[in-house]
Amino acid sequence: MTMLGNLDFDVIRRSLPYLFLEGMRFTLTLTALAAFGGLVFGTLIALMRLSSYKVLGRIAGFYVDFIRSLPLVLVIFWFYFLVPYIGQWLTGASRPISVGAFASSLITFIAFEAAYFSEIMRAGIQSISRGQPAAASALGLTYAQSMRYVVLPQAFRNMLPVLLTQTIVLFQDTSLVYVLSIPDFLGAASKVAQRDGRLVEMYLFAALVYFVISCVASFGVRRLQSRIAIVR
Amino acid sequence: MTSKYLIGFALAAALGVSQAQAEELTGTLKNIKETGAITLGFRDSSIPFSYLDDNQKPVGYAMDICYKIVDAIKKELKLDKLEVKLNPVTSATRIPLMANGTVDLECGSTTNNAERQKQVWFTNTHFLTASRYVFKKSSGLKSIDDLKGKTVVSTAGTTNIKQLTEANVARGLGANIIPAKDHAEAFLMVETDRAVAFVMDDILLASLVAGSKSPGDYVISKDAFSKPEPYGIMLRKDDAPFKKVVDAATAALYTSGEGEKIYDKWFMQKIPPKGLTLNVELGPELKHEFAKPSDSPDPDSYK
Amino acid sequence: MNYNWNWHIFLEPNPMGTGTYLDLLLAGLVVTIKVSVLAWIIALVTGTVIGVLRTLPSRMASWIGFCWVEFFRNMPLLVQLFLWFFVLPELLPKSAGLWLKQLPNAPFWTAAVGVGLFMSARVAVQLQAGIGSLPRGQKQASTALGLTTVQTYRYVLLPMAFRIILPPLTSEFLNTIKNSAVAITIGLIELTGEARSMQEFSFQVFEAFTAATVLYLLLNFVVVTAMRFLERYVAIPGYITGK
Repeated sequence: MTMLGNLDFDVIRRSLPYLFLEGMRFTLTLTALAAFGGLVFGTLIALMRLSSYKVLGRIAGFYVDFIRSLPLVLVIFWFYFLVPYIGQWLTGASRPISVGAFASSLITFIAFEAAYFSEIMRAGIQSISRGQPAAASALGLTYAQSMRYVVLPQAFRNMLPVLLTQTIVLFQDTSLVYVLSIPDFLGAASKVAQRDGRLVEMYLFAALVYFVISCVASFGVRRLQSRIAIVR
Repeated sequence: MTSKYLIGFALAAALGVSQAQAEELTGTLKNIKETGAITLGFRDSSIPFSYLDDNQKPVGYAMDICYKIVDAIKKELKLDKLEVKLNPVTSATRIPLMANGTVDLECGSTTNNAERQKQVWFTNTHFLTASRYVFKKSSGLKSIDDLKGKTVVSTAGTTNIKQLTEANVARGLGANIIPAKDHAEAFLMVETDRAVAFVMDDILLASLVAGSKSPGDYVISKDAFSKPEPYGIMLRKDDAPFKKVVDAATAALYTSGEGEKIYDKWFMQKIPPKGLTLNVELGPELKHEFAKPSDSPDPDSYK
Repeated sequence: MNYNWNWHIFLEPNPMGTGTYLDLLLAGLVVTIKVSVLAWIIALVTGTVIGVLRTLPSRMASWIGFCWVEFFRNMPLLVQLFLWFFVLPELLPKSAGLWLKQLPNAPFWTAAVGVGLFMSARVAVQLQAGIGSLPRGQKQASTALGLTTVQTYRYVLLPMAFRIILPPLTSEFLNTIKNSAVAITIGLIELTGEARSMQEFSFQVFEAFTAATVLYLLLNFVVVTAMRFLERYVAIPGYITGK
């Protein structure tokens, strides 16, 4: 006898508000903010790596290699326990700073994703021909100006599809906050699943939701990619 | 900070009155006063101590006790408003999250033992329970030795998994021990035949069985891995002023008979989300402890 | 920082009775290596098949390859592991499901297959790109020489494509090692899992995670170094050399 016969898909309908208004909202907010933060810090790290100051380049390179050698699960554990102490150290407070589950996850994912986004942005910056920053400096633009107005906008544009693909990966990776019992979409689904003993239904549903969102998003990225390719 | 309070403070200072309030606050109390907020750590599925109800809000016996403690802190600090923040914890994360300041009180089913006291402190005991295992009636695993060579699950980060691990070595069971994230996940391993037994505090096992699809299928072992051990609300180590307030609050709660009422609400009445009744009467040891609240980690001191 | 550091903890006996805490972590490292290698073999074999399917002229073959890749790429690994571990046995006939659930070491095998299939989609994409990057003349020349399709792939296209994609494959292997840590959610006690249980038993959070971090870095270093040698060893002089 298979269990397909006694599946109860009503459990999904009953828990939809919790799954989406709390779980998916957490997941999407975390994804969006972490992608933005990861891009900002990733770009800074990429600029450090490409800078003419060797020390800066080494530090940035070390950070990227270091983070990219570690499993995300381990990094999540590290940060969840360590961030309050870092906060204490930064602010000089007498005791660790209390950081909520969301803020802690956000800091973790920004720190983690920055390493990955920086590699993409580095490739993007290197894809701009050397003549352009040279021309910019000949025009009297400072380094900051030439980056801000000439190099980075093009690098970002060229790399947009890759950046978005990395964001889809990030969207999927946020499910790992499950290990901390934080109610993201998967966490919410598993809580309902365990409470009502409806594991099969809830996990299938969660898989379907992730699948549809990621598929639609990557389809969009592919469309965008072909459009950019034509314009160029 | 209200102006009323400021005036009061100024008056107290001016008159040179040295009251508790005028003293320099430290540690957790200082932080609560400054931020106007306290963070409670709650559990997913420690029924009926701390778990999520139908609206996914944490409720339970330990949560109720914690809210009483919060009231006492509010009074002690003379605050008009005290915001209560909630942070989910698991057995594996609760101690580091207490140490690193993420939660101020952990409201759940944490065993108070001497080893943990090196890391955290506990307030007065709110329950006593022994470590046992649940199995399916059909598998007939009557004694601990029947677990030989079997797959056994327990929750990561608990005293139970440690006791199981130690028994596994001491008795040469050769059992394959799987750690689960929380109690619900561990029970599910037994429900779906992934593991033959789940080692946990018997009260939690009884609640999980009662809430399961077919309670009649499960049996809780007579054999125990430990004596009845005390549960305590966890707080940060080396914070004596905070512990003093929390201890006073719980002692007042238990000795006044109010503790017994809260106990009755969660162990003798219908509880959410499914309206089941656990029917676990207040035992003589806990009754005695309520009369004389104690935070001792020693199981023998509760006899 | 009010945290009691104790670096001697690694030499203290662990409660499992298997020696010290360091032994515990090393046992975890061995599990990580075993599960990663097994997953990587699964990923390479299925990924190669799927990657080849995607480059075949047959519409059907390429469509199957496409579906495979999309299926395994568009779901979080954690969710995939849950599907294999919790959902699949319930959907099978009862006896088969029970057999699957009571396999000794079920988390290990589930993790190896789950991570392996997840990674196979990535291997397939890399291989497809590798084959696509070969000059069209190679395939045409093989046909002209009278090689069958199988022979063309076996003797001409695949040996070249694999050499080209060796560097990205190295990083996919490193990803496999990292992804194996996700299996702690289905009860596999590999390196991250052992670090977590060491933290639970000894309460020395940061020492445990530091040690796991160092071990992952070492593992990474060993793999990268070994792959460099391999790249140099298989490089074809005068052609696409591994730099």
